[in-house]
Amino acid sequence: MQRSVSFENAAILAALSLVLLGGLAILGWGVPLGYVLHGWLIALAAGWGILWMLNRISDGPAEVPLEYNDKVIRYGVIAALIWGIIGFAVGDIIAWQLAVPSLNGDMSWSNFGRLRPVHTSGVIFGFGGNALIATSFYVVQRTSRARLASETLPWLVFWGYNLFLVVAASGYPLGITQSKEYAEPEWYADLLLLVIWIGYLTLYLRTLARRAEPHIYVANWYYLAFIVVIAMLHTVNNLSVPVSIAYPKSYSLFSGTQDAMTQWWYGHNAVGFLLTAGFLGMLYYFLPKAVNRPVYSYRMSIVGFWGITFLYLWAGSHHLHYTALPDWVQYLGMTMSIILLVPSWASVFNGILTINGAWDKVRTDPAVRFMMVAVLFYGLSTFEGSFMAIRPVNSLSHYTDWTVGHVHAGALGWVAFITFGAMYKMVPWVWKREGVYSLKLEAWHFWLALSGTLIYVGAMWNSGITQSLMWQTYDADGAFLYSFLDSVIEMHPYYVARAVGGLLYLIGACIGAYNIYMTVSGPRKTETRQSGPLAQPAE
Amino acid sequence: MSTAHQKLERHSLGFAMMILMVASIGGIVEIAPLFTIENTVEEVEGMRPYTPLELAGRDIYVREGCYACHSQMIRTLRSDVERYGHYSLAAESMYDHPFQWGSKRTGPDLARIGGKYSDDWHVAHLEAPRELVPGSVMPGYAFLSETRLSTGHLPAALKALSRAGVPYTDAQIENAEKDAVWQADFEQNFEGELQESYGANVQVRDFDGQPGRLTEMDALVAYLQMLGTLVDFDSLNLEEVNR
Repeated sequence: MQRSVSFENAAILAALSLVLLGGLAILGWGVPLGYVLHGWLIALAAGWGILWMLNRISDGPAEVPLEYNDKVIRYGVIAALIWGIIGFAVGDIIAWQLAVPSLNGDMSWSNFGRLRPVHTSGVIFGFGGNALIATSFYVVQRTSRARLASETLPWLVFWGYNLFLVVAASGYPLGITQSKEYAEPEWYADLLLLVIWIGYLTLYLRTLARRAEPHIYVANWYYLAFIVVIAMLHTVNNLSVPVSIAYPKSYSLFSGTQDAMTQWWYGHNAVGFLLTAGFLGMLYYFLPKAVNRPVYSYRMSIVGFWGITFLYLWAGSHHLHYTALPDWVQYLGMTMSIILLVPSWASVFNGILTINGAWDKVRTDPAVRFMMVAVLFYGLSTFEGSFMAIRPVNSLSHYTDWTVGHVHAGALGWVAFITFGAMYKMVPWVWKREGVYSLKLEAWHFWLALSGTLIYVGAMWNSGITQSLMWQTYDADGAFLYSFLDSVIEMHPYYVARAVGGLLYLIGACIGAYNIYMTVSGPRKTETRQSGPLAQPAE
Repeated sequence: MSTAHQKLERHSLGFAMMILMVASIGGIVEIAPLFTIENTVEEVEGMRPYTPLELAGRDIYVREGCYACHSQMIRTLRSDVERYGHYSLAAESMYDHPFQWGSKRTGPDLARIGGKYSDDWHVAHLEAPRELVPGSVMPGYAFLSETRLSTGHLPAALKALSRAGVPYTDAQIENAEKDAVWQADFEQNFEGELQESYGANVQVRDFDGQPGRLTEMDALVAYLQMLGTLVDFDSLNLEEVNR
């Protein structure tokens, strides 16, 4: 029987075949064992994807249900939780390694330098990325009143993205890394992500295109900015020359100063568009929903959105103050970083003022409490970020634990808090449950996470400033008062405190995962009520 | 503003294009000129591409993620210059693909670590940091002394770097494997050849204290011992190269 294959299916099959060929080439020509295993993994996944596609095509067009596609969102929630717990746990392990160095084990794979990217990629791309993909699928469908534009792409995006994560995270302990901060995956993993990201962007735009609402809701602006800008950053910063198909190793196309600037343009905007824009999208949907109030100001949304989209990309050079980067770029980066506070705080006020009239929910609903504290931490870390971008402040803060504290105020306090708040709302919705299994456990999670964050950030502020002052203290004769080692030894109590804070945060997340597991395995809601009429049936 | 924006909000593709346009301006203004403005990277004497052994060492430095705790960038601050030496010039990382300036100093800066300690010190310190420096939190890297250095990929590595703009000659690419072995030769038989090919500041000796055995420790110590040693700051006219 002859069937015509749609353009979409043909494009997907072509992309999967390319990935399959790439995987086969790696497993065929590859020399290092870990790299060859990655080849097998990629080839098997792509091969499975091709068979799955062919099966669907030969079955003919299936009946597309007249409802939102929530199944892939459920998978995304589970993946985010798994990666979150892995990422938090590895983070706490390496925190203990700094407090008790013998915990490194002194084996190649177990040392701090190789495990750190497992932590950073695990939490940023594993936990954060999966949470963003899942919630973006949820939000774009609800605010467009349309089902996701494809039956196959959402699954390929989800599984492909998680394949990328497995390849990346398993490569680091084996020494497969570019050692460009937050862009550690090597060239073949980068190419894989690029293919998946094109699929994600296409799916998102096509779903928006079939919306039944005339306007695109503000949350989608942020998700769209996250997808578009990450595509640009990822492509430019990962330009590199591979040694050959036989090795995972590549050399960055740019060198020295230019490479540094490109990297921090990327690094700062991975923060700006993955950890900020994406999660602001989450905020702009789930906070108004949770408190049952409209977004406070439409104008403030516009100013906040375009301000962030424009200004963030200029701010990267504040990571390179007093270095060999030309001074004009440093000063420009500092100036833009300070102005960046305006659109950042526009979002903060918009968020806080949205809660007006429903402040009782902060007391009664831990999910709203999570979101409110997230907004406060967002305000705190954006203020701190602009402050640290000022050159004299930076001369105190840079290269110290203060930076680490700043990042974690944002990551633990803002990113993860808004995610947990959104998850506690979304999980009962997508699994059609009455509500979360236990509000008491939810509150436990909240307080553990909050105290963990405060201990962590407080310890790092203290250690960072102590470090920096010790490095810059002279005696009466103009000689240094402290050796570098003195400053290392002085850090010990703070490193212990930080690891304890991280442990509290991890325990909180485990309680959260248990709570969500119990919610999911609980009884279904008796009467299922559509949250909104679905105007656009899928083709 | 609002009405114009309300129009924009109705077009998903237009909205995405607008985001891309607005977001790309910062990079175009700040990054693109770094490739065209000539004085971004100074011209200084002494800078040369890494020898194959040094490059192999650098690849190990990159592989182990040393940048997570060590910077290679001495800033123009007094406290940096007095502790670590002359501030880093852009030219000093001109052959660094990728750069390793770092973002955190859990350990000290390494931009000018070369020549500060003996090879034996480096080997002993890398193998068991707290034996030499009680209170250090650095992991141990004894496995480097036990791992033979693989050199098979070095010609391809130099070739890749030359594609990215590092001026390796065809002869250097062809001899990469041999050069790596020669540089760690304890009899220093080929010092002349190597210095003729790469320059007078190439250090040739057995680095890991295991004569006759080429290990990853050889490569890493060779790399550490050349860091920051290429530019001779005594004969450098700072007025001329100052930014």
